[in-house]
Amino acid sequence: MARKPRDNEHTCPHGVSRRGFLGSLGAGAVAAATLGRPGETAPPEVADAVEPSKVTLLVNGRRHRLLVEPRWTLLHVLRERLGLTGSKPGCERGECGACTVLIDGVPRYACLTLALEAEGHEVTTIEGLMRGEELGPTQQAFAAEDAFQCGYCTPGQIMAAEGLLRAKPAPTVAEIRLGMSGNLCRCGAYPHIVKAVRRAAEARKGGGR
Amino acid sequence: MLPSFAYVRPTTLKAAVAALAAPGTRAHAGGTDLLGCLRDRVFPADTLVSLAGLPELVGVTPTAEGGLRLGAMTTVATVAGHPDIAARYRALAEAAAAVASPQLRNQGTLGGNLCQRPRCWYFRGDFHCARKGGGKCFAVDGENRYHCVFGGETCFIVHPSDTAPALVALDALVRLAGAGGSRVVPLEKFFVPPSADFTRETVLEPGEVLTEVVVPAPPAGARSTYRKVRARGAWDFALAGAAVSLGIEGGRVKHARVVLSGAAPIPWRVPAAEQALIGHRLDGATIARAADAAVAGAEPLADNAYKVPLLRCAVEEALTALNS
Ligand SMILES: Cc1cc2nc3c(=O)[nH]c(=O)nc-3n(C[C@@H](O)[C@@H](O)[C@H](O)COP(=O)(O)OP(=O)(O)OC[C@H]3O[C@@H](n4cnc5c(N)ncnc54)[C@H](O)[C@@H]3O)c2cc1C
Ligand code: FES
Ligand code: FES
Repeated sequence: MARKPRDNEHTCPHGVSRRGFLGSLGAGAVAAATLGRPGETAPPEVADAVEPSKVTLLVNGRRHRLLVEPRWTLLHVLRERLGLTGSKPGCERGECGACTVLIDGVPRYACLTLALEAEGHEVTTIEGLMRGEELGPTQQAFAAEDAFQCGYCTPGQIMAAEGLLRAKPAPTVAEIRLGMSGNLCRCGAYPHIVKAVRRAAEARKGGGR
Repeated sequence: MLPSFAYVRPTTLKAAVAALAAPGTRAHAGGTDLLGCLRDRVFPADTLVSLAGLPELVGVTPTAEGGLRLGAMTTVATVAGHPDIAARYRALAEAAAAVASPQLRNQGTLGGNLCQRPRCWYFRGDFHCARKGGGKCFAVDGENRYHCVFGGETCFIVHPSDTAPALVALDALVRLAGAGGSRVVPLEKFFVPPSADFTRETVLEPGEVLTEVVVPAPPAGARSTYRKVRARGAWDFALAGAAVSLGIEGGRVKHARVVLSGAAPIPWRVPAAEQALIGHRLDGATIARAADAAVAGAEPLADNAYKVPLLRCAVEEALTALNS
């Protein structure tokens, strides 16, 4: 008789566990999340250096009301305030791409974006690509093609790929290389990364976003 | 962590200009250059004045005179992908596409690209160099393989922007808004060479905002291109480059602009190369003469003589590409 999965056990039909993704979601994210209410008062125009200022960020479809210092980057807030540690700090100077997120569907570096500047925009992180308990098609493709070694650059690579494919669903290899050129991989997984982006493009054709 | 600063996001240009008149303020456009400078303590800022609350600074629209107006807050990616720019101002589309990485093009603005600070490693590093108010340019006797071969004199930076040389070649103008109204400056005159003042790169005064770039209608028989040479295939600043804009009528060059990048502290226009083109057919001999003229008088430092043939070839390749 087939064993029934227990309630606390996550299975994934594609053979990739999402343990790592769950583990990265700290309690802060849950505590900070509030349901968005239309017609909320406009944010203040001035933020003092010492006094943190109120900001509402829309991250992965959830509205978060937070107090942030003006100098906090979106990367800092995602990781340290929302517990979304999928986005990685690398250079923190716009040179490596480990922090890549989508802002209004377009890849940008969270390390060079002030949290206050992300207000009013839709932020998508690697956590936001999950389809419930399953990896999304772009994530699946990276796993299937072994498009990483240490994996540190991978969330950023996947977000760059996701942004590229949303804008250009059927890119050529040259367009993939160009689209992925803002993301470095110290492990040199580039050939597999290109394959993964091609696979993701194929996968997204049928039912992908 | 970035150093502490206050942040304001005015919703009118007037309020932005007023905010920027206070000492210690900096305009924040895309932030891709500014935040790097603040993180590395290249200069301080008490207050950042975000220009993101000014939608009127975004967008590409035709002018009544047949040119294009590009709002300063238009992203570099928009400039690179705009069909009218690709069709009529190719050098600009190519230059914008050659800027940095996809993410930085999505975030960086055209205004920020023109106002970005130099990338000289002494300026960006822990050196109290001439440009930061110190007494000396450390590049003269130091590590200078990425420094300038023209126009150095007191400070040997190269201007880091790719769109600037293309826009100078296209005779662009910039509008600067200040407390007393706005002024229009030819982009070529917007940049300040070290001989005039080695502590600033542009004529922007405190409290002024670059609001728009206007490219005039192209000349008859217009064609233009930007050739960028970098150390690797993916993003990098220009080691050398050339923006060329020509007007060819009856088989002869009637109008020419040749502007070098990676060469000088400002986008380096070379009138001698332009003169070598005007009145001639764009054949191999003319192109070779213009390319020679473009680098005549270069004064390389100890480690950057390689730039001279690179610049010559960039001009030659750009002109040859326009010859088809
Ligand atoms: C890793 C990396 C690689 C790069 N590669 C390239 C490259 O290859 N080619 C290239 O050209 N650039 C490159 N850049 C520079 C890149 O930051 C710019 O290209 C970008 O366009 C700057 O725009 P921004 O809107 O982000 O400017 P910001 O960082 O917001 O501003 C830059 C400066 O200009 C001032 N400023 C901005 N807008 C205005 C305005 N409207 N009025 C008055 N002042 C203003 C700011 O106060 C600030 O001092 C690179 C940057 C990085 C980090
Ligand atoms: S951490 Fe943002 S680009 Fe490297
Ligand atoms: S997989 Fe190790 S850095 Fe890319």
